[in-house]
Amino acid sequence: MKILVCISHVPDTTSRINFIDNNTKFDTSGVQYIIGPYDDYALARAVELKESSGASVTVINVGLAETEPTLRKALAIGADDAIRINADPSDSYFVAAQIAEHAKGYDLILMGRESIDYNSGVVHAMVGEMLGIPSVSPVMKLDIEGDKVKMAREIEGGKEYVEAKLPIVAGCQEPIAEWKIPNMRGIMSARTKPLKVAEPKATEKAVTHIRYDLPPPKGAVKMISADNVEQLVQLLKTEAKVL
Amino acid sequence: MKALVLAESAEGKIKKTSLEAIAYAHALGGTVTAIALGTVSKDELAGLGKFGAEKVLHASDPRLDHPVIGAYASVLEQAFAQENCDCLVLATSSIGVPAAAKVAVKTGAGFVCNVVDLPDTSSGFKLRKSIYTGKAFSTVDLSSPKKVIAIRKNAVTLKETGGVAAVQDFKPALKETDFNTNILSTEKATGEVLLPEANIVVSGGRGMKGPEHWGILEELARSLHAATGCSKPVSDMGWRPHHEHVGQTGVKVAPQLYIAIGISGAIQHLAGVNSSKCIVVINKDAEAPFFKAADYGIVGDAFDVVPKLTAAIKAAK
Repeated sequence: MKILVCISHVPDTTSRINFIDNNTKFDTSGVQYIIGPYDDYALARAVELKESSGASVTVINVGLAETEPTLRKALAIGADDAIRINADPSDSYFVAAQIAEHAKGYDLILMGRESIDYNSGVVHAMVGEMLGIPSVSPVMKLDIEGDKVKMAREIEGGKEYVEAKLPIVAGCQEPIAEWKIPNMRGIMSARTKPLKVAEPKATEKAVTHIRYDLPPPKGAVKMISADNVEQLVQLLKTEAKVL
Repeated sequence: MKALVLAESAEGKIKKTSLEAIAYAHALGGTVTAIALGTVSKDELAGLGKFGAEKVLHASDPRLDHPVIGAYASVLEQAFAQENCDCLVLATSSIGVPAAAKVAVKTGAGFVCNVVDLPDTSSGFKLRKSIYTGKAFSTVDLSSPKKVIAIRKNAVTLKETGGVAAVQDFKPALKETDFNTNILSTEKATGEVLLPEANIVVSGGRGMKGPEHWGILEELARSLHAATGCSKPVSDMGWRPHHEHVGQTGVKVAPQLYIAIGISGAIQHLAGVNSSKCIVVINKDAEAPFFKAADYGIVGDAFDVVPKLTAAIKAAK
């Protein structure tokens, strides 16, 4: 079985978000980049399937040269080879079109439910549509049984158990697998594993980011005595008007 | 602009988030057609006129009672073409967004998710969307002639305006390949307030000390008709189910009121709640970082404060 795992290269979840150049560019200073946390779950499940059933695992990322350390980390975790599409991933449709171009011939295409920078959560559905195969997200459990995939998908207030025939695309989230930390042997071998760079397929972009802004700063917190919760109820009614 | 709106239902009722999507489409200024899938009463559908839908298409095929993404996408695409629409509007949800993403690919429409405001059409078609899990916003230009817009909760204020919508049966051609995922079973909490939809959320963290202490928190939630949520460590330890995890890698909520009990306020948790209108933090540690993000704070022991708060809310009713 051939597995393709799509990896986003995103700021660490603890990052403070700031913008520069008149709010037109993300401020990368002091920001640590990581494999998208949801993609990391997808990768962990792919490596488990490799260990249990001998699948091959390829990782793919749409990004410029600075994302290569992130791809090397995915190789250290256990992927066999990597593809980097040399382009800025600013539009979901564009990213999906690039992935679909390289995803043919894979049985299982895994990725996170969404990237934690733009949060759209649509690339898996778009890739599925472009390839004419089922897509399921967000997947919390995934098992292969013959030519079928059995999954648990999170829905509002619960879970749905779904089955589909390979090949499929799945957007993953916890607790599909435990995150894997690369060991020394993995890190050493990742240096020599193949990392192919491909130029993007020409695709029209319908969405252009013009400027960014931050939420307005929060006003000072109003502290209330633990012995006077009635005052809180009053304030929620008359001042905040939320009760 | 001719808009089609996905009107999602749960247990026969159109979801409030879908009503917001109809109100959003109405505010765009053109005609609004809503589409409902599966079993919903005609009266419920005619009522969508109040929020601005002129017409409601009803695809009542019982196979659509189950949210099969491929089938939903196929129905939406056929309605979009039949009504000659140029804009599809929907609320962010686990079925709506992937189905709409497929429609975007099928029709060549540009797609913007997590939209928080009405468009600025003074030059181009500019939409403000939430990014970095609520830590920032981006203004994007959506230049394609056909557009798909997925809105966040509270992107528009819900007010009843119009009258009664004309309900029409809609019989899409559904192929076997539209049902290429097979739903085996569903586990769903029924009768409770669903977290993504709730106007008030009561959340607990590690400060609750164990799952056996959730009773006081649930009682507070009941008194407010609120949904219950929790922090990531709480769901990781299995004290509460995963679908209650609020935060960067869990559910993002945008209620009127968010009450955090025994949650310190890690940046990843704040990312999931910072769109809340009002935040109340109850924590015995006066240095908890969550107080900086709160509107109201109480320093105190949850086991003492929460029952008192429940009593005060009941008394004030």
